[in-house]
Amino acid sequence: MIEAQGLTKQYGEKIAVDNLSFTVEPGVVTGFLGPNGAGKSTTMRMILGLDAPTSGRVTVNGRAYAEHAGPLHEVGALLEAGAIHTGRSAANHLLAMAATTGIGRRRVEEVIDLVGLREVAHKRAGGFSLGMGQRLGIASALLGDPRTLILDEPVNGLDPEGVRWIRTLLRQLADEGRTVFLASHLMSDMALTAEHLIVVGRGRLIRDMSVDDFIAGASTTAVHVRSPDDARLRDLLLADGIEVASSEAGRLQVTGMTSDDIGYRAAAAGLTLLELTPVQASLEEAFMALTRDAVEYRAPTPASEGIAA
Amino acid sequence: MSVARLAAPPGGKVTPGRILNSEWIKFRTLRSSWLTLLGAVVAMVGTGLVVGYVTSTSDWATLDGVATFASATVRGYLLTQLIVGVLGVLFVTGEYGTGMIRSTFAAVPRRLHVLAAKTVVFSAVALVSMTLASFAAFFGGQIFLSADGHGSSLSDPGALRAVAGVGVYLMLVGALGGALGWIVRSTAGAITALVALLLILPVLVGFLPASVGTDIAKFLPSDAAEAFVSSGPVANALAPWTGLGVLVLWVALALAAATVLLRRRDT
Repeated sequence: MIEAQGLTKQYGEKIAVDNLSFTVEPGVVTGFLGPNGAGKSTTMRMILGLDAPTSGRVTVNGRAYAEHAGPLHEVGALLEAGAIHTGRSAANHLLAMAATTGIGRRRVEEVIDLVGLREVAHKRAGGFSLGMGQRLGIASALLGDPRTLILDEPVNGLDPEGVRWIRTLLRQLADEGRTVFLASHLMSDMALTAEHLIVVGRGRLIRDMSVDDFIAGASTTAVHVRSPDDARLRDLLLADGIEVASSEAGRLQVTGMTSDDIGYRAAAAGLTLLELTPVQASLEEAFMALTRDAVEYRAPTPASEGIAA
Repeated sequence: MSVARLAAPPGGKVTPGRILNSEWIKFRTLRSSWLTLLGAVVAMVGTGLVVGYVTSTSDWATLDGVATFASATVRGYLLTQLIVGVLGVLFVTGEYGTGMIRSTFAAVPRRLHVLAAKTVVFSAVALVSMTLASFAAFFGGQIFLSADGHGSSLSDPGALRAVAGVGVYLMLVGALGGALGWIVRSTAGAITALVALLLILPVLVGFLPASVGTDIAKFLPSDAAEAFVSSGPVANALAPWTGLGVLVLWVALALAAATVLLRRRDT
């Protein structure tokens, strides 16, 4: 369980994280979603006690990170871009990390096998591909068999097989009752892996809701209508309080009414329709629309629904 | 690549002994550590041999005082100090440069314990290896000098202090390099600071009027070291043990500054 209350980080004039409050529950994979520069990595560094918050606080399993006697057993972290000395072999990196809490060589060998790095375990980490580096980071995170996992862009650089592997692994870890907190800037990533979403933009909380609710909310479809009577149809729908946009003559984009209802409405008024196509916004578009709002208006109201998982 | 249920390893606490062990693993698992250390030993012993040979073949009457001191054969420390200091820097900045430091602090949130462990590990490595190198340089040089009838022995006045002192001084330089690494956090910057402190500063102080300059100069690390590791008398220098005290003070100051910054800064 990770709990942030009023977490704020300011660098000079720039506010990287702005009064962020959220709870990451155990037993589910929680996605931490936001465009680059939204404050995800800063938030994760604050969770791990690497950066000190300007104000607010964040606890992991009830305590500030630094207050845990054996942090590796509480929290496993995959930090952005490796955080691994390039001159050391994967096995030796893990040995040095493990030594801090007395984890033995056997466990090191176990996690090496678990992430599939056996063949390169004694090669210098500097020669690793991005994907191998991610696997090493994940091995490092799993060393202490922690109750909580924090991963910054874990699928970054992984091949499709690796992406599927990490998704399965994260699900499994969550099913075992662990807290899994996963940062990404790709909505598609989240839709497949996470069950709960915390969306941030410009350091602020935009949404804290289940992925299912997010998808349901994003499914407001628009309908493309092609009609020679477009002007009259538009007036008709506008009079009903329906949102209508038009990009070119003869074409309308209608939101807030199903294609069926538009068809009946047009028939009742004796208007000709040449085309009637429902268009569903993709999750990625829905996410981008959300974060664009955050940028434009800067003061979104956090959704109150679905805060608890 | 199955996703086996993870077996719970014995849950442990972070202890000072474990941090020391972790830092020792980090030191010994980098090939560059051993190559650099080897370079330091070669520089130390090689200079001892060269000085011994050159001095023994010179006209003894024309040599100036320093060259005839028992400590002449361990003056390779002037070169070796840079190698050991740089290795001390790298032990710290190597982690900052690669991002490893974040993994380190995630595993050990008490940063001062990491600083202490790194300092202890590197100081121990430097003290042991450089003491051995210094004695090897001394005895190596004697091979030529005693054949020529100008040999010294460790029982000569100040000789043992000077030869053993080089090991201690190089340990202090290593700790100083580490402290500068913590302060500056970049390899290039910390090495620049180290070179400036050990080599450039004495030159700059040399430009000051002698009335002020000589009083300042003897408190610089370079001159304090000179006083400590010379077996014979040095002009305008502190007493040998005072020199050591001043060196320790420099290192303590640097470590204190590193400590304050480490507590304050983000990673």
